[in-house]
Amino acid sequence: MTDKAATTQVYRIVIKASAQAIWDAITKPEWTERYAYGGRAHFDLKKGGRFWHQASAEMKSVGLPDELIVGEVIESDPPRKLVHTWHPMFNADTAAEPHTCITYEIQENQGGMCTVTLTHDVTGAPLVAGMVPGGGDPVRGGGGWPWTLSDLKSLLETGKRM
Amino acid sequence: MTDDDHVFKALADPTRRFLLDLLFQRDGRTLKELESGLAMTRFGVMKHLRILENSGLVVTRRSGREKLHFLNAVPIRMIHDRWIDKYREREVSALLALKADLEKKDEPS
Repeated sequence: MTDKAATTQVYRIVIKASAQAIWDAITKPEWTERYAYGGRAHFDLKKGGRFWHQASAEMKSVGLPDELIVGEVIESDPPRKLVHTWHPMFNADTAAEPHTCITYEIQENQGGMCTVTLTHDVTGAPLVAGMVPGGGDPVRGGGGWPWTLSDLKSLLETGKRM
Repeated sequence: MTDDDHVFKALADPTRRFLLDLLFQRDGRTLKELESGLAMTRFGVMKHLRILENSGLVVTRRSGREKLHFLNAVPIRMIHDRWIDKYREREVSALLALKADLEKKDEPS
């Protein structure tokens, strides 16, 4: 999507939910399996703690590894800020790239709304940079962050997926 | 105005769509870089960028002394999901209904 010189991508969405609910939906496996690609995200929410995103049974049935994405927690300030590294292992080419870094910032606004900003530093990882903006068919894995955040909003606001 | 109204209004201007295209080509640009692509005063470009920012289509971040502008594709995705997918589905079901209708007429009565 973008030039390879671009090293940071920013995604923002407004969700009518509490910061805590959004934090839980990002960091708890029982929530992450309910939206977007599914699978269970496991975070050891302390500096240096392990992060890994576990493939769902469906993903494993098509040959994806159990440890789909791996990383390390850099900063955890619940329910406002989470920084962790993000290294997709589901593809040999992206696995060969250096790890990338994700920052979630959850800001509470008036009226029970929160602004969620996801900043993805993809320095040195052009394949990941080309993959995460989405633009393809979500069913075939092409949804990326815009689709993921949009689906998260749907789930939290309506209890249902898109 | 609803969030959708802000997005549609922001997209309803060729200069703003051009600015989004510039960010699509290369993200994280300064005002100075963006205005060099337009025959418009700095003030004019700032006004357009503010509308894009208020609609959520552009997000700004500080990097040292610079303010960088990023394209946020999430509102466009939501418009796609809420509006375009919806009507495409209806189109498909209308065609299926027409097909069923025509096939029924083919049957000997």
